[in-house]
Amino acid sequence: MGGSLARKDRTRAALLLAPAYLWLTLAVFLPLSAMAFFSLLSDVPFGDREWHVTLDNYRAFLETGTYAALLWKSVKLGVTVTALSVLAGFPCALVLAKVIRGRAREAMFLLVILPFWSNSLVRIFSWAIVLRGNGVLSAAIDAVLPWDVRVNLMFSPTAIVIGLVHSYLPYVILTSYLALQAIDDSLIEAARALGAPRRTILMRIILPLAAPGIVAGAVLIFVPVVGSFMEPRLLGGRLGTYYGTVIEDQFVAVFNWPLGAALSFILLAVVLAILAAASPALRRALR
Amino acid sequence: MRKLLLTSALILAAQGASADEIRVLNWQGYGTDLDWALAAFTEQTGHTVVHEYFTSEQEMLTKLRTNPGAYDVVLINSAYTAQAQAEGLIAPIDTAKITNFADLDPGLTGNADLNPAGALHGVPWTWGLTSIAVNTNDFAELPTSLSVLWDPAWTGRVSIRDDGLEAVQFAAMATGQNINAITDMEAVKEKLAALMPQITTFWSSENDWNQFMSAGDFAVATYWSGSAARSQAAGLPVAFVVPEEGAIGWLDGLSIPASSTHQDAAHAFIDWMVDPEFYVKWEPDGAPATSNTKAAAALPETSFNRAVLGDPAVVAKVQFMQPVSDADREAYLKLWQDLKAAQ
Repeated sequence: MGGSLARKDRTRAALLLAPAYLWLTLAVFLPLSAMAFFSLLSDVPFGDREWHVTLDNYRAFLETGTYAALLWKSVKLGVTVTALSVLAGFPCALVLAKVIRGRAREAMFLLVILPFWSNSLVRIFSWAIVLRGNGVLSAAIDAVLPWDVRVNLMFSPTAIVIGLVHSYLPYVILTSYLALQAIDDSLIEAARALGAPRRTILMRIILPLAAPGIVAGAVLIFVPVVGSFMEPRLLGGRLGTYYGTVIEDQFVAVFNWPLGAALSFILLAVVLAILAAASPALRRALR
Repeated sequence: MRKLLLTSALILAAQGASADEIRVLNWQGYGTDLDWALAAFTEQTGHTVVHEYFTSEQEMLTKLRTNPGAYDVVLINSAYTAQAQAEGLIAPIDTAKITNFADLDPGLTGNADLNPAGALHGVPWTWGLTSIAVNTNDFAELPTSLSVLWDPAWTGRVSIRDDGLEAVQFAAMATGQNINAITDMEAVKEKLAALMPQITTFWSSENDWNQFMSAGDFAVATYWSGSAARSQAAGLPVAFVVPEEGAIGWLDGLSIPASSTHQDAAHAFIDWMVDPEFYVKWEPDGAPATSNTKAAAALPETSFNRAVLGDPAVVAKVQFMQPVSDADREAYLKLWQDLKAAQ
């Protein structure tokens, strides 16, 4: 395509693309390079602090098993949250795309994106009210069941997973919905006419065709969840120390920006490595 | 009438003769710059007061070093008094010039950190504590020992602040050590590891703490004395406890720079700052604890600073914080991070 562009077209394309690339340079490249620079320093270069270039911050990751263990814990959290989101989100998207029609679909769609309109901190605090020992959930279950129940999910890994799934579920619903809507209904009708049971239609037609949407949603969820810090801190209590909270501590509490930056880049590298390792499977799904 | 005029004129003349302008170096909004207090001081003595502010202890020391003669009174936290004295920045206090000195708590005026080289270099002014507070709905009888944090009866309803230094200091006190000279780090580590399963969540701000306490998440948690007073005033069922093992304390003193050219006026200002009348009037604005026993006794009976901190027996138990070296701070932080990560 590029080869067939006339010179005039190419200039026009460059002009049209320029704002986007300029913005990317400003918003992504510059802050990232600043962080890369920080990660190589021995101390924060503010005021009259002494600093020099070093690799010690990256070495710190390898010196103790603490950071690696936390990163592993965060990756497991990412996998759990992604899997649960896909399991809950895909059926929801399927119903939205193939079952509900007209005004009802618009209303349902609105309900799906509604959480996105509220501040994430507000959502997490509302979960705290629901999940705590004498909170809304406990009171509701107690009112329904005849015997005495006390449900306290607050300050547990379960609470973190609930909070994160709720926050990120709309991503997988939206991407799956778009993929599902693109499936021609006549394909499904043809399969049904040829006597395929529902299970086969789902496994052989709908899932393979919707895979690009599901994969896109899963990646959109997995990456931020591995680095998440707010939900673990607020809902996890003493069990809420994850890789993301340690990075946050370096920036907010201990003022060790270089170590925080280095840990962030290691996280970036690990996430990229995971995505690269999964890429054959991903590519197959996207084809 | 004529007599009145005459006395007024005499007073004015007297004031004119000895009126000095003194310069005070302090944190902004920390007691010495209250308008009514300065007006009263000027009326009593004729001296006027000008303020300058610092935003960190290091800045305060730098200002003293680089501007000799510029300041007459400076607020120095007891952790830094010895350093300022060693650098020759501050002069010994002439206690004879401070009429209220006899009423100051001897436990505070005798504090080793305020008496470098055997002489008082800072008049103890205000102080506060980090100790534990309990929910009075859970505790019919207040605990007397720090071991309540490790009591299995409160598993899952204990909290400490998410701060490595503070966590280590509490464990040090619980294992009978001096917070400023911890010798047995192994014991501290073991004690903290045993504390972890007790904890429901860590707190990081006063607001956090109040929310968790009012929701019933906390039965016992570490807390700051000034914040506990505010929480009580806000109606939370909270009692502040200074256990027998002690509490972590901070102490602020007022010092006079060696280069001050208004020594008499500076002493007069400090004398007013430790006057019971000043403390009593400052109290409703959320003043920290006073060093003056008469002032504590003059506070309203319900006042936190009188009821909880006014007792000299409390002062005797406090371990006042000294500066922590970077190496120690780093070691504590690492210990704390490892413990949290292992959960």
